[in-house]
Formats: sequence, structure tokens, C-alpha cells
Amino acid sequence: MRSLFAALLAAATAIALAFLLLPVVAIFLRVPPGDLLGALGHDVTRDALVVSIKTSAIAHAAVLLVGTPAAYLLARRRFPGRGVVLTLIELPLVLPPAVAGIGLLAAFGRVGLLGDQLDALGLQIPFTQTAVVLAVAFVESPFYFRGAIAAFEAVDGTLVDAARTLGASPARVFLRVALPLAAGGLGAASALALARGLGEFGATLIFAGSLQGVTQTLPLAIYAQFEQDFDTALAISALFILVGALLLVTLKLFGWFRFASIFRSRVAPSISS
Amino acid sequence: MVPLRFDLSLPRRAFDLELALEVGPETVALVGPSGAGKTSVLRAIAGLARPARGTISCGDDIWFDSGVGVDRRPEERSVGFVFQEYALFPHLNVEQNVAFGGVRPDRLLRRLHIEHLAKAKPSELSGGERQRVAVARALAREPRVLLLDEPMAALDPHTRGKVRAELHDLLRELALPALLVTHDFEDAAVLADRVGVLVEGRLRQLGAPAELLGSPADPYVAEFAGANVIDGIAESSRHGLTRFHFDAERVVYSTEEAQGRAALVLYPWDVSLSRLAADDSTLNHLEGEIVSLVQVGNRVRVRLPFLTAEITAASAERLALRPGERVVASFKATQARLLPSD
Repeated sequence: MRSLFAALLAAATAIALAFLLLPVVAIFLRVPPGDLLGALGHDVTRDALVVSIKTSAIAHAAVLLVGTPAAYLLARRRFPGRGVVLTLIELPLVLPPAVAGIGLLAAFGRVGLLGDQLDALGLQIPFTQTAVVLAVAFVESPFYFRGAIAAFEAVDGTLVDAARTLGASPARVFLRVALPLAAGGLGAASALALARGLGEFGATLIFAGSLQGVTQTLPLAIYAQFEQDFDTALAISALFILVGALLLVTLKLFGWFRFASIFRSRVAPSISS
Repeated sequence: MVPLRFDLSLPRRAFDLELALEVGPETVALVGPSGAGKTSVLRAIAGLARPARGTISCGDDIWFDSGVGVDRRPEERSVGFVFQEYALFPHLNVEQNVAFGGVRPDRLLRRLHIEHLAKAKPSELSGGERQRVAVARALAREPRVLLLDEPMAALDPHTRGKVRAELHDLLRELALPALLVTHDFEDAAVLADRVGVLVEGRLRQLGAPAELLGSPADPYVAEFAGANVIDGIAESSRHGLTRFHFDAERVVYSTEEAQGRAALVLYPWDVSLSRLAADDSTLNHLEGEIVSLVQVGNRVRVRLPFLTAEITAASAERLALRPGERVVASFKATQARLLPSD
């Protein structure tokens, strides 16, 4: 009975692992390394890579800049309606990306909620690179928020109290105590959000379109290529897997304490005697 | 030296804590069971918790006054706080911890004999070293008031005595108003000039440690001071003595007067143990089986079903005491104090 159960567990694990790895292995079996480099030279791939890096970088920077202080407030303060706010923040997680795209159009589109105001400012957002940035930021931000709130909540409140009694203002407490101690969790959340942002497809397609060199990101390029030139689609996919694996391996191998310690030395310079 | 004065009302789950105290250049310990609200008092003084009403002042400086709406922020109060478990910043080394308040750490590191640990991280320190770093950090901004929350709780039993003696000397030397919270009466008795017993939000007694030991105001205080507290019935007897019945058939005599329900207060170190009841001037002899023996330093605490005796380890060895054996506990009528039960 016991050995039967053990065999069952082992079989389930083997099936799950095989199922998850098979598509990855299949891509690499179809793409010889030479083709991978060749695909990188391809115009479509190069343009998509540039668009992806640029839009992801801007969107990610914005998410970190706004998300970090917001997460700190939500983690530390108890106020009526906090639970509702936390739930609303996670809403994009359960929305299909297509719905996010429609929502963004309804908000920022020409006939959308803010259409007239944006028009008056001479701004047109849909089907521009700005639209890609907004779509990416929209879908990746809940991933960062969740992780960042958890990271700040994990900082021992007594340390914050100790800093206050040592004369630190709330801003100093944030910079010198909360931020360095949450750095590990913030880094992990940031990596997860970045990966989600890079892979964004549905919302971008609906809100920004798929114009090569302007709004066509790597996932959109895969979609555009897979009917015309399956090999290029395969090569871009392989590139994605490499980037993803690199992100994961960096995370696991070096451990977040490294990132945290780099951060610390910059935030809290030692007072030399 | 300006005194710390406060008169607070802090709402707690089960009761309101009311406490008024003036602390001069001395160490006052608040002792009491956990959940008595001792830590809340320290937090209120430091500005980390807000009292429902009351006043807190240091000399002429008003830190909190609910009447006129004054509530200074923690960073604006001159308070040094040694937190329970010390709350050292784990990502900073000793020097950076002490320098957190923006002060050069050298002098304090020397004063607390931790210069050699300047570059060490808190996780690399022993309990005693951590305590010294926490005290150094609390003193860095030259506070006018020192607050210590269970400063001995995180220490190993074998370093406790030494660390306690050092902390005692330092507190003496500083001569700051210091308020210390502990659940251990012995720590309080060693470290503090005055000890206040806080039970369910009220100060039961405030006085020098010897005063609390010598004349506890009620059974609670006596129990905290380490006494056996036994409930029973008291009645007048011959020769001006009081007869005290407990556990159905046990009887002891006390020189103190009491009538009706009462509590017998008896310190473990006033009880002697023997194999046979001695024929001496001791009036009270109670026979019982040994439940357990626990060595504490050079003494042994011997638990009997109805009381605990504390004898020297040497005597325990000479008598070859073992759990399950019958012994006679003896004490004089003058050592059997009687307090009205509450």
C-alpha cells in the first residue's frame, strides 16, 4: 500500500515534468544553434527585440517607481477598505489579457473615457508605442504589487519602531530600514513581473496592434511569423526560452541575498571612524 | 536630571490600564504577568502607541497631553528604547546600528566594550553582545529617558547573571530615569531601585525590592516575589498565634493575625527540609512526597505537593533527596505571613 502510493507520487511528478518540458525540448530540437543566430539577424526579430526591450524597460521602471511606495503604504497602514483595495489591485491577474486590451481601449481610446481630454492635449495613445507600454504595465503590475506588499509586510515592525525612536523620519525609515530589508522580496517580485511583461500578448495586440518596428513585440512577432515563416517563429521562441532560463538561473544560483547586499551597501553607507 | 512623569490610560482588550508614575534618576521596574500591559506603557512613553488619555512629560517638556492635544512623534521624544529581542537592524553591522541615529559610534562602542565587534553583523553575536549593542544604540542620541523591554529575556541562563550585573552597573552610572519591564522578579530586584507590580492594568504595589519581599501588599505581589501562596482558612488560636488550615487536614501556625479566608505567604528559602521532623523551636512541620528537584545555580528548588522549598545544593546532596521520597518541610511561625485572599 505504501509502495503503491509512493509509485503514484513518482508517476505524477514524472508526467508533470515531461508535459512541461516537452514543448521546450521540441523547440530546441527543431532549431539548430546556427538558425538561432540567423533569426536574430532577421529584420522582424531585430525590430521586435528593440520594441520589446524598450517598452518593457519603460513599463517596468514605471511599475517599480510607483508600485514600490504604494506597496509600502498598503503593507504598513491599516485603514477601512484596505481589503477592497488589495483585491482590486489583483483584478488584472484574473482578467483575460484580451479583456485588459479592450479595457485600455475603452479608457484611453479616441472614443474612450479619457479620449476627449487626451485629444485636447494632442495625445493619441492606441496603436502607438505608448500603448504597448501601458498594456505591459497594466498586466505586469499586479505581479509586482503582490510580491512587494508581501515583502514589506515581512519586515519586522519592531525594527521600524526602533528606527523611529532613533530619530528617523518616516522617509528615512523607508529608505534605510524597510527598503533594504525588503530588497530580496522586491527583487523576486520585480523579476516575476518583468517576465510577465515581456511575454505580454493579448492586451498589446488589441490596444496597440502589431506594427513591425513600432508596436510589434517579440510575442507578437512570433504570432505574425508563425503562418509565414515557422522557422523564425521557432527561433524567436527559442530566444525567449533562453532569456527566461537565464532569469530563473540567475535568481536561483546567486540567490537574492546578493542583490539585497548590493542594494544595502548603496543605501546604507558605513560611517567610518 | 529631569524626571519622567506620566499618568496614562491605555485601553486593552480585557481591561483599561491605568498607571501614574514619576521616575527620577533611578531605575524603576514594572513586573507582572504577560498580557498585563507592561510593554504598552513603554510604547506609549516612546510615542509608538497612543494612550486613550493622560499626560507624559519629561521635565518641562510635554510629550503627550490628551487634554490640550499634544502628541509628539517618536523621533521628537528623547527616548532610548531597548526592545525585547533587541530589534537590531540585521542588514547593518554593529557600528552602523549604533550610528543609525546619526552619531559617531566610537565612544559608545568603547564604553560598552564592543569595539572589537564593530564590523560584525547582529546574527554573529551572542545574546549578551546583542544586548550591549542594543543599549549602545539606545544611548547614542543621549536620551533623557531610557526604556528597556525584557532586556534579559533573550539570554541564556548561564550568561544571565553576568550580563545582569553589567547592566546594573551601567544603569547606576547613567543615573537616567530608566523604566524597565520584566516578568522576572529576580531581574527586577537586581536591576531596579523600585519595583512596581502590574496586574490586570493596576499597580498593586510599588516599592524597593526588599519592601515587596518583606511586606507584600497582596498574594499576587507575594507570588511574583517568588513566595509560596497557599489559600486556606485562618482562625485565632492559643498563645496569640493564628491557626491556618489548608488542603483539608493540614495545619500551620502563624504569628500574624487573620480571620476567615486567607493566603499563607511563605518564601521557599525560609523552608528547611529533613528526613524526620526535628524536635526544635520550629512550629510548623509538613510531611510530603517530593514531586521534583530542579537545580538553580548553587541551590536546589524542591517541589512538594503543597509548597516549594529552596535549599542549598550541598544540603540536597547530603540528604540524598530523590523524587518520590517523603520529607518534612519545616518553617517558623514568624516566617508564615498571612494576607487576606482576594
